[in-house]
Amino acid sequence: MSTKNEIKQSQVIKRVLVELKTYRLQIVLSLICAVLTVIFTLLVPVLTGKAVDCMIGSGQIQWDGLYQILEKMALAIVGTCFFQWLMNRINNYITYDITKNMRQKAFEKMLVMPIKNIDSHSHGDYMSRIATDADVFSDGLLMGFTQLFTGVLTILGTIFFMVRVSLPIALVVIALTPVSLLVAKFVASRTYAMFQLQAKHRGEQTAYADEMIENQSVVSAFSYNEKAKEEFDVLNDRLADSSFKATFYSSITNPTTRFVNSLIYSGVGVAGAILAIFGGITVGGLTSFLGYASQYAKPFNEISGVVTELQNAIACAARIFEIIDAPAVEESRENHLSDVEGKIVFEDVAFSYDPSKPLIEHLNLTVEPGQRIAIVGPTGSGKTTLINLLMRFYDTTHGKITIDGVDIRSISRANLREKFGMVLQETWLKEGTIRENLLFANPDATEEEMVQAARTSHAHEFIKRLPNGYDTYIKGDDGSLSQGEKQLLCIARLMLALPPMLILDEATSSIDTRTEMKIQEAFQTMMEGRTTFVVAHRLSTIREADVILYMQDGKVLEQGNHQELLEKNGYYAKLYRSQFVCGK
Amino acid sequence: MKFLGKYLKDYKKESIFAPLFKMLEAIFELLVPLVMASIIDVGIANRDRDYVIHMCLLLTLFAILGLAFAITAQYFAAKAAIYTASKMRADLFHRIMDMSAASHGSVGTSALTTRITSDINQIQSGINMFLRLFLRSPFIVFGAMIMALIVDVKSTLIFVIVIALLGLVVYGITKSTLPIFSRIQKKMERVFLAVGENLEGARVIRAFGNQDQQKQAFGTQTEDLYADQMRAGKVSALLNPITYVIVNLGVVAVIWFGSTQVDMGILAKGQVVALVNYMSQILVELIKLANLIVVLMRAYASVTRVEQIMEMPYDERTYVTETQKASEADAVSYEQVSFAYPQAGEMAIRDIDFKVPDHGTVGIIGGTGSGKSTVLHLLNHMYDASKGKVLIYGKDVRSYKENELTKIVGLVPQRGVLFHGSIRDNIRFGREDITDDMIATAVHAAQADNVIESKEHGLDEEILQDARNLSGGQRQRLMIARALAGQPKILVLDDSASALDVATDAALRKAIRGLPWHPTTFIVSQRASSVMEADQILVMEDGCIVGKGKHEDLLRDNAIYQEIYYSQFPKDEKEQNS
Repeated sequence: MSTKNEIKQSQVIKRVLVELKTYRLQIVLSLICAVLTVIFTLLVPVLTGKAVDCMIGSGQIQWDGLYQILEKMALAIVGTCFFQWLMNRINNYITYDITKNMRQKAFEKMLVMPIKNIDSHSHGDYMSRIATDADVFSDGLLMGFTQLFTGVLTILGTIFFMVRVSLPIALVVIALTPVSLLVAKFVASRTYAMFQLQAKHRGEQTAYADEMIENQSVVSAFSYNEKAKEEFDVLNDRLADSSFKATFYSSITNPTTRFVNSLIYSGVGVAGAILAIFGGITVGGLTSFLGYASQYAKPFNEISGVVTELQNAIACAARIFEIIDAPAVEESRENHLSDVEGKIVFEDVAFSYDPSKPLIEHLNLTVEPGQRIAIVGPTGSGKTTLINLLMRFYDTTHGKITIDGVDIRSISRANLREKFGMVLQETWLKEGTIRENLLFANPDATEEEMVQAARTSHAHEFIKRLPNGYDTYIKGDDGSLSQGEKQLLCIARLMLALPPMLILDEATSSIDTRTEMKIQEAFQTMMEGRTTFVVAHRLSTIREADVILYMQDGKVLEQGNHQELLEKNGYYAKLYRSQFVCGK
Repeated sequence: MKFLGKYLKDYKKESIFAPLFKMLEAIFELLVPLVMASIIDVGIANRDRDYVIHMCLLLTLFAILGLAFAITAQYFAAKAAIYTASKMRADLFHRIMDMSAASHGSVGTSALTTRITSDINQIQSGINMFLRLFLRSPFIVFGAMIMALIVDVKSTLIFVIVIALLGLVVYGITKSTLPIFSRIQKKMERVFLAVGENLEGARVIRAFGNQDQQKQAFGTQTEDLYADQMRAGKVSALLNPITYVIVNLGVVAVIWFGSTQVDMGILAKGQVVALVNYMSQILVELIKLANLIVVLMRAYASVTRVEQIMEMPYDERTYVTETQKASEADAVSYEQVSFAYPQAGEMAIRDIDFKVPDHGTVGIIGGTGSGKSTVLHLLNHMYDASKGKVLIYGKDVRSYKENELTKIVGLVPQRGVLFHGSIRDNIRFGREDITDDMIATAVHAAQADNVIESKEHGLDEEILQDARNLSGGQRQRLMIARALAGQPKILVLDDSASALDVATDAALRKAIRGLPWHPTTFIVSQRASSVMEADQILVMEDGCIVGKGKHEDLLRDNAIYQEIYYSQFPKDEKEQNS
């Protein structure tokens, strides 16, 4: 998948409609409820007017008519209430259900999308797409749509009822309508720009505060505090100014709407009263009109907000669909690996993350079953890339990798990966108890097996000291475990699910060497008979490898065992001397 | 609340005028139905065209005045709210920046960032809404009732009942949904974190074929969230329909009761219409009032939280005055120093005692958690020692001002960070006196020349968020350059070369030795190779120094050092090559 291509709005809308298909029935029901609610709501002012007309004066009340009207009114009111309630419930269902489903779909896609997408994309952005955008989308879509629908309906209905009561006054109202529209539009467009600016400034200020607070120890260590305050104040003042404008302009909306309403109200008042004097309309009719007039500007105001809201919803939808519709990794199930010997062959493999910067080229390598391969070389030389290719987090761009003669692209990734056990330098533990983490790869392991694995990896000692032992709840970054302890847990986790081949990418980098020595034995047993790839900087691990690959700039420059490479007196020998021997 | 008052004081004028103008607006709104009633009862009844036109002009005047007052009020309210919050935010940030590590730690980073962002925002909208509505809404609700009272005493009973019922319903619904909403908020955060966790752990999850389990776990979370949303929705879906029914049945009652009054000649038709209008005005304002209460409750909680931070002691460290001048004898000396972290029961380091002569190099080695970094935390007075004294150039560290100390001690932290901005800005890091030459020297010594060269814009390359465009080793080298650029007399490397391959690490140490100002150097590491050339090596174990001396001596006499060393340099190899 290349970069985000600008998806056209119409395409997104089409995509949204596809998503909404499941909710056809509910949407139709909701629309029916909306129509009924609007009709019943609009009936009330007419009935109020008729009721007023029943009061002709002292001792001249048409009680029969009045009761009938009041009864109808009560019915209309209860009807409005019921259908509005029903509509709210249906809308809630649609909103929350669609959010839940889209979230789940996006999450599931995230689990199968190419690792490349995850590596090259801001995690924060994905997080807010799946968590926040999904909400904004469904909220905005539904609220926007309902408001638009009922808004238009209310306007049309109001005009219809007004024309029926009195054409001339209706014309007065209609003539004043453009004022409503213009004012609403003016305020909305002004506010939008202000809010954009406010959001930008707020984002900048928040990012700055986050950065400084999070790293305050460094800030203090360099006495950067005063400078940080100064910079913050600049950002803060800028935010205050744009916030003030945004808040003020947006707070004009309500008063201006009320003003336009009042204008229409007095317009209706004067026209209606004069007409009433000439008998063109009853006082009741005028009352109905006033009822409509007082609510007339509201839908206009809502509709003007809806457009932005809908646009926003569509923008959010585009961002979520980009995840949901992203291609998943392609799986081939042509072959299946069951029992693995562990012979791994790289045949003329080429790979690069960025086509313009070739990294690995013409890599050939044959690893016999049970061999231990140590990969050494300076940072950025492609050590981790090799592991990315082996595990098929990335696919080779040229050549192939085979396991026991089977091209790893002809089997499913799940099949491939279950044959490999992996411990990486960057320890990842899920939020949960220690137990959940240890059983991560092998949920069926018994308590005994789990404790045994923890013992062999020397994690048992510190686990025992934790407040709740194996049931201690750990969070990703709360600092309750040191990096070294986390690595021990990762090793124990692997020990519970020992696959035929192993990948250890600086697996013990944060464990102090004495503890490492203690778990060496466990490592030895673990590696026994298993083809193992080790990225390491510790001599003990490297020296005992069957094959050492010296990598630099994506190329395997030297290959052989420790003794051979020392005799060769090339890169490895140079590295060895600079690192492990104190000769100067 | 006193706390808030202190800030609002600067905007006293605005804080008083905003609600006042809102109230004026409300008065004009309340007068409208009365005017309309007289149009009906006087104008239409007497067929007086001029009267009607006058009254309508009056209404238009009311509208214009209302608009003017409202906008003025909104202006004042926005001004008071925004600038008060802004001042509070700045003060809060300044205070946080002055916090000591212990105070910062006792609150926690994420709590501090929440205070400065969402809490202050809550306070801001709280003030804004409060100034706009606290007079207006109750004024309209009760004003309508009083107007009703003016029109007809007996009908007022209907108003009282309607207002009471509305209040009850709004209160009940708000109260019962509020806890669900805050629960939803928490569950939303969890969903957010779950997504993040799965992105972080993508490789491990896939390597262990754990996708289905993750899918299920996430499914449970979203279902759970959904259930709460539906629960809250069930209740809040009632709000509009029920309030609508109450108010409009109130209208029916007013008409019905009004008719009997009209029948008896007590009320005129127009007055009944006015009563109906008042009834409708109540609803809108009451809902606003309910929202206001929710916003105020949140804002109040936020004020309390911000106040807590502002009032807590932000620097518990002690400072002493020492008249004696800095001496040149020893750069650093620790005299029987022990230290326990705040809230920790046990001492993290005990009886640390050593001296480092000027220009000397000291290596500190030991296992994870042995207290190596803690020793360094006392060197730049990040914390007070619990017992004993730390001296720099013969003077107690507590007698140095913070910015003096940071100039002397150049720290490369273990969990290091680079900041948003160019590489140059990061290396200079606010110190204006650092010249481009000094940067070049620092970069060179830090072995970072090729980092700069590999970037298209060299020193002006922008560092992305979380320094994503740099590898771990590149980051470390730039952080070393940052510390070196200030040409500190004492350089502290707290396990800061762990991501460097050992060859680069060796070259780095060599370059540091060659620096023209010969900094006194602390090297903390787990690698024996990093410390073995030091003039003095401290071996740490469980918070104590268990060995002190040169590499050769320690290798001969110190069991723990031997163990560490031989775990990294297996015996036979060593013999073979030396």
